Amino acid sequence: MRAVTRFVKSGVVGAAMLAAGATGASAQDSSDPIRIITNNWTSQLVLSNVLGQILQAQGTNVEYKSSDTQLQYTALAGGDMDFQVEVWEGSQAEAFEKALAGGAVDYGAHEAVTREDWWYPKYMNEMCPGLPDWKALDACAGKLATAETGSKGRFVGPPADWGKHYSERIQALKMNFQEVPVGQAATLWAELQAAYDRKEPIVLFNWTPNFIEAKFDGQFVEFPVYEPACLSDPKWGSNPDAVYDCGAPAKGYLKKAGSKQLGEKWPKAAAFLKKVNFTNPQIAAAAAMVDVDGMTPEDAAKKWIADNEAVWKAWLQ
Amino acid sequence: MTSSAAVVRPAAARAPPLDLIAMVAVLAALLVLAQLVPVFDKWPEALVIPVRGWVTDFFAWFAQTAKPVTRAIAWLLAQPLALVEALLYRGIPAWKWPPLPWPAIVLGAALLGHWIGGRPLALLCGLASFYLALFGLWPDAMQTLAIVLVTVPLAAISGLLLGIWATRSRRAERVLNVIFDVMQATPHMAYLGPVVILFGFGQVPAMLATLGFALPPMARCTILGIRTVPRDVIEAGHMAGCTPLQLLWKVELPAAERTLLLGLNQVVMQTLAMAVIASLVGASGLGQKLLFSLQQLQIGKAVEQGVAITLIAIVLDRMTQAFMRRNPQRIAPGTPWVRRHRYLVAFGVLVVVTIAAARMFPALAIYPKELTLSYGGPINDAVRWISRNLFPYVKPIRDSITIWLLLPLRDFYLFLPWPVVIGIPAMIGWHFGGWRLALLPVGLLGFLMLAGFWTPLMLTLYLVTSTTVLCVIIGIPLGIWAARRPLAARIINTVCDTLQTFPSFIYLIPVIMLFQTSDLSNVIAMLAYATVPAIRFTYLGLLRVPQATVEAATAAGATAAQRLRKVELPIAFPEILLGINQTIMMALAMVAITALIGSRDLGQEIYKALPGADTGRGLLAGLGIAFIGIIADRLIGAWAQKRKKELGMG
Repeated sequence: MRAVTRFVKSGVVGAAMLAAGATGASAQDSSDPIRIITNNWTSQLVLSNVLGQILQAQGTNVEYKSSDTQLQYTALAGGDMDFQVEVWEGSQAEAFEKALAGGAVDYGAHEAVTREDWWYPKYMNEMCPGLPDWKALDACAGKLATAETGSKGRFVGPPADWGKHYSERIQALKMNFQEVPVGQAATLWAELQAAYDRKEPIVLFNWTPNFIEAKFDGQFVEFPVYEPACLSDPKWGSNPDAVYDCGAPAKGYLKKAGSKQLGEKWPKAAAFLKKVNFTNPQIAAAAAMVDVDGMTPEDAAKKWIADNEAVWKAWLQ
Repeated sequence: MTSSAAVVRPAAARAPPLDLIAMVAVLAALLVLAQLVPVFDKWPEALVIPVRGWVTDFFAWFAQTAKPVTRAIAWLLAQPLALVEALLYRGIPAWKWPPLPWPAIVLGAALLGHWIGGRPLALLCGLASFYLALFGLWPDAMQTLAIVLVTVPLAAISGLLLGIWATRSRRAERVLNVIFDVMQATPHMAYLGPVVILFGFGQVPAMLATLGFALPPMARCTILGIRTVPRDVIEAGHMAGCTPLQLLWKVELPAAERTLLLGLNQVVMQTLAMAVIASLVGASGLGQKLLFSLQQLQIGKAVEQGVAITLIAIVLDRMTQAFMRRNPQRIAPGTPWVRRHRYLVAFGVLVVVTIAAARMFPALAIYPKELTLSYGGPINDAVRWISRNLFPYVKPIRDSITIWLLLPLRDFYLFLPWPVVIGIPAMIGWHFGGWRLALLPVGLLGFLMLAGFWTPLMLTLYLVTSTTVLCVIIGIPLGIWAARRPLAARIINTVCDTLQTFPSFIYLIPVIMLFQTSDLSNVIAMLAYATVPAIRFTYLGLLRVPQATVEAATAAGATAAQRLRKVELPIAFPEILLGINQTIMMALAMVAITALIGSRDLGQEIYKALPGADTGRGLLAGLGIAFIGIIADRLIGAWAQKRKKELGMG
């Protein structure tokens, strides 16, 4: 339900924005730099650099500002930063909505979709027959138990403030698991790398698109398929008394966000940024240049621009 | 100062047993009470005062109201920064001015080093700067350096002025002391929230947060330095007819030089310690790249970047130290200008030549990527090798410590009813320092409970006590060993220095690989940082035991072990207590960092509050950590004071 209203809302905002953009398109762009937010994962860095370099080639000044993923929304709403190319539904929707209410602007969604859920490395298929079904995982809980979780399986969860409800899901599905939340993404990867090297069983939070896919072979656990009713109606699903007895949506949005002044000060650039639209394969290819080929995000962006001229030229029209 | 006082312990030194029995009785009564009346067991959720909401609202309101002022301050601070940035890496694009080419900065650093401290320092400065270019860290390092070069003088000067003010006015000192206590005990990360709300994002807010953290030690050292200037020196100044201002500049400050130096050293260290954390609020540079590397699991690269931060810290530290120690050089009258200012001239020539050369050879303007090196790969492999091959040995240890020690201890802390938790430090305070000291923990811990931070507070206490106990067990023997063998002292000192300046974020990753996301990982991460003072203070305390006392004990026929146990350790005890005090402070400072591994303590509250700009939550949790530190500090301070008196040293 929430997703639907959100979709409608974003559509309305988007339409309003397009109208605003059309009227202001004749004005000249300011010579002040547009402050593009960079985060600390590959795809976001490469895409930010792609857009920054295209804008620079058009004569617009840009400046890259690094930020924490959640703090950036305060900055967008306050006009301290101007553009974010990756807004993730799963982990950032709440902060994003708050920023929209505070003055930030929704710059529309990419074609790319995102998924965030429980994930395991492929070698576990042999240890726990029946995977990726969640019931097979539950039956395998004993193999995932540690000193701290006792007899329960250990699920390495996302940071506690990412707005996931995995503990609730464990209870609703009556799973024999315990969630151990990490503090930051780097901790997740350290856990994964260590377990992967030792071929130990591990179930952890992961998402796509993500550089992890390029380095580690694995897949998502399949929970009962998500429906909006699962989160609002306890009767839905296997547990008649609880919500959250289902997986996460397999196709979450990936959006762009801008500051209020972006459209006012740089109408041309804003019109371009509104049209920007990446797909999953494009994002994966962009990230792989850094994660697999070892390029810097700046160089990867240069190469991406050279390789995909038709794509970005269309956005400039 | 009598040695006999230490050897023959007076009966009064032991706590009166009656006191102890009374304490135990009170605690037992409180435990029983908690079982009978639930309010005295766990403070009910409904009675929590919504202080954090008030604080958040206040900050939101204040930020809105004061925005013109705060933004003006930010703009003002941005100016010197912009200048340094233009010089180091930005240039002035509007006028087509290039930034300084890298050879100018590398050789310039060497030149500066030579001017200040001769050839060895020149070599250190030059090589360290070249490291930044050689490993492809140049632009990021210049960004970090720009912030540091502006923040350090700013923190040093404002700290100095505040310190001077405190020595001139009793009331100012009292107020500032309290403020500094709280500021220093509050973890770095807790500064970020309010700073973002007030000053926005980017380099300047990062600078301000750094300033808040780096300023108190400088002010502290200024106060201490001026206060300890010998009476007769000041008298001499008065007799020479100094005005108060002359007295300050020509007599007091020069006489306090050594202590001021220590303060400056602390400013440099703290500024670079903030380099990584400040990147959470949009400061770009080495810290930001380091976090990115960790996010990509490129530990080796993160080490390269961490070493760069450490190198900048070391170079700046050695430079300031040498600069202060430098003897003013006599210049014969009539020396030509060029000769008098030969370093300046040489630098000018260097800049002109390199800029001209950089026009012809682009490799001199921007260090070419093809010539950069990296040792990250082997480090990555080494970390993974350790995680793969040492794990079988680590696992049983990890499991048994977790099952037999940590989990029971945690459950115990969570079981304790609140009157008992507050009562224990209150009674200790009462025993050592009377009712005033007893009220301190009651007030501070009580406040945290009323504000609804009880569970994270208990989990913090659990982690900090576990860490402190382990630090004492590990640190004191190492300190004793270092005091015995000069070679061991040298090795241990180097390790300690590295542990303290190297960004702690990096060693979190190998720790997680071996110990997983668990309480034990948190304890180990804190341990690496917090053992250092326990070692250092034990070492220093033992070194300061008067030689005559040691000889007297030897002459009396004491064996080495007896001497240690009966003479040296008791005399060094107040010092060791200070070390334990510092250990607790360091452990508390690391609490915020453990949030990145995954914990449920006050550090996690600070970290969680950052994103949503939930100032109240973050600030109060930060204060919570500060409160624990202050209580520990006061109780241990009172204890050390008492011991000193008993030893006849007070």
